[in-house]
Amino acid sequence: MKLHFGNGLLKGMLVTIKQNLRHPTVTQYPEQRLNTSRRIRGQELVWNKTRCTGCATCAKACHQGAIQIVTATNTENNKYEVETYRVDTGYCIQCGICVEACPYDALFMGARYEKAKYRRAELVENKEQMADSLDRPVSGYFHPERAEKLPVQTLLVEKINEDRSKE
Amino acid sequence: MALHTEPFILNIGPVHPSTHGVFRIRATLDGEVIVDIEPVFGYLHRGVEKLAEQRTYTGIIPLTDRMDYITSMSNNLAYVLAVEKLAKVKVPERAEYIRVIMAEMQRICNHLVAAGAFINDCGAFFTPFLYMFREREKLMDLFEMVSGQRLTYNYMRVGGVSQDLPAEFLPALRKFLKEMPAHIAEYERLINDNEIFLARSRMIGILPKELAINCGISGPVARASGVKWDLRKADPYGIYDRFEFDIPTGTVGDANDRYTVRIAEMKQSLRIIEQAVEKIPAGPVISDVPKVLHPPVGEAYGHLEGPKGELGFYLVSDGGIAPYRFHVRPPSLINLTALRQMLIGWKIQDAITIFGSIDITMGEVDR
Repeated sequence: MKLHFGNGLLKGMLVTIKQNLRHPTVTQYPEQRLNTSRRIRGQELVWNKTRCTGCATCAKACHQGAIQIVTATNTENNKYEVETYRVDTGYCIQCGICVEACPYDALFMGARYEKAKYRRAELVENKEQMADSLDRPVSGYFHPERAEKLPVQTLLVEKINEDRSKE
Repeated sequence: MALHTEPFILNIGPVHPSTHGVFRIRATLDGEVIVDIEPVFGYLHRGVEKLAEQRTYTGIIPLTDRMDYITSMSNNLAYVLAVEKLAKVKVPERAEYIRVIMAEMQRICNHLVAAGAFINDCGAFFTPFLYMFREREKLMDLFEMVSGQRLTYNYMRVGGVSQDLPAEFLPALRKFLKEMPAHIAEYERLINDNEIFLARSRMIGILPKELAINCGISGPVARASGVKWDLRKADPYGIYDRFEFDIPTGTVGDANDRYTVRIAEMKQSLRIIEQAVEKIPAGPVISDVPKVLHPPVGEAYGHLEGPKGELGFYLVSDGGIAPYRFHVRPPSLINLTALRQMLIGWKIQDAITIFGSIDITMGEVDR
């Protein structure tokens, strides 16, 4: 192959100029957000109190040993209850195997992802912090019926073409 | 009067931007020429093989994600193939197709990182790297869509895959397949005849065919040296015997050949994905497998053609819920064995280029 010095340089500069004139595809993160996957495995677990029977299948499936569950009979109303349900999110690696293991659909992956804490002790979440509620969006991981309620994921394949068409 | 000289010892790494992780090269130099090197690794050792002996067969899958974190899907698949061989589990048809699509997407993903980082090592500071990361980002979007995470997918299961593809996956993948050949052409147009890149990479770090075979080197590194060895053809696992594709090989075995083989492999992967997307059947994605697996006493070795080379898992079962022994054949580590012969005699400036052209991930070398 014969080489011409400077050819590559010119070609490269041409591409740079073209790129400079393009519509930016960047998103200003904390203000603007792209939709995450409907199956996002966020940084929390969401636990449904009424569905959980305290069988501890999730705790056995968790290979990180992050889930602690204690069940006992409540002496007041004589009912078998989940006394403690605690997840150390510091140990949790968000693999989702506990959610897959749950036979009663009582455990879900959460969809929230900004969960940084100042202290390690704060990483341990108890029953109240994990309870299924409206401000704790549930991801569709292993629960396709939940996935349909979530917004469609922003895909870069589509976003770039959309942005280009605005030019 | 002769000048008194003595060899100079230079430490490259362990924390160095061009060592792709925490790798240390202890090089003995005579002026600028490398006389001898001693590769030092183990800085990222996490004891994956020992950890796996305490986990259930399903619980090991997230561990394999974290070995070679660039090619998690292939690691999952290789491990799951070994367990399926051990427990004699059948895989549904649709799951086989999904596995092929995922493995080939992962191959493109890895080669984009490998080629980008290699050009970066050759001196094109991060611009081509980000071009390739742009396409990788699209693939990671797709991986996120099916598995819920961008790097540690944990998607394959013994007997199939964890969940079916979402409805919006195949249209998005078709869109990607349509635009990817143009991007590959763009890389070729910008990089392949760039004189600086050619001067830095051509006839550098030559790995002869015989040495590649003797060192047990596999993957694109071996194919660049002219060894036509690809497990997808040589020992077809899954349903690879149904697809039509070529094995690109290099001629000389220099750094440039290793780069061009990777670019050519991306095109072949696109071809395989196109065929798989055409033929994918409907049906279940996972067969009836007990949640806690008790494979019969015995041993099995499952391997596949990973993006970096032959990736194998060797499992010994004693009939319990966890493997008695779990061993990995990591392509990164074994491809690294020829590094000494490849580096000796070259200038220190070429060391990073040659090292970058092998494409290793330290997470897999040290495990």
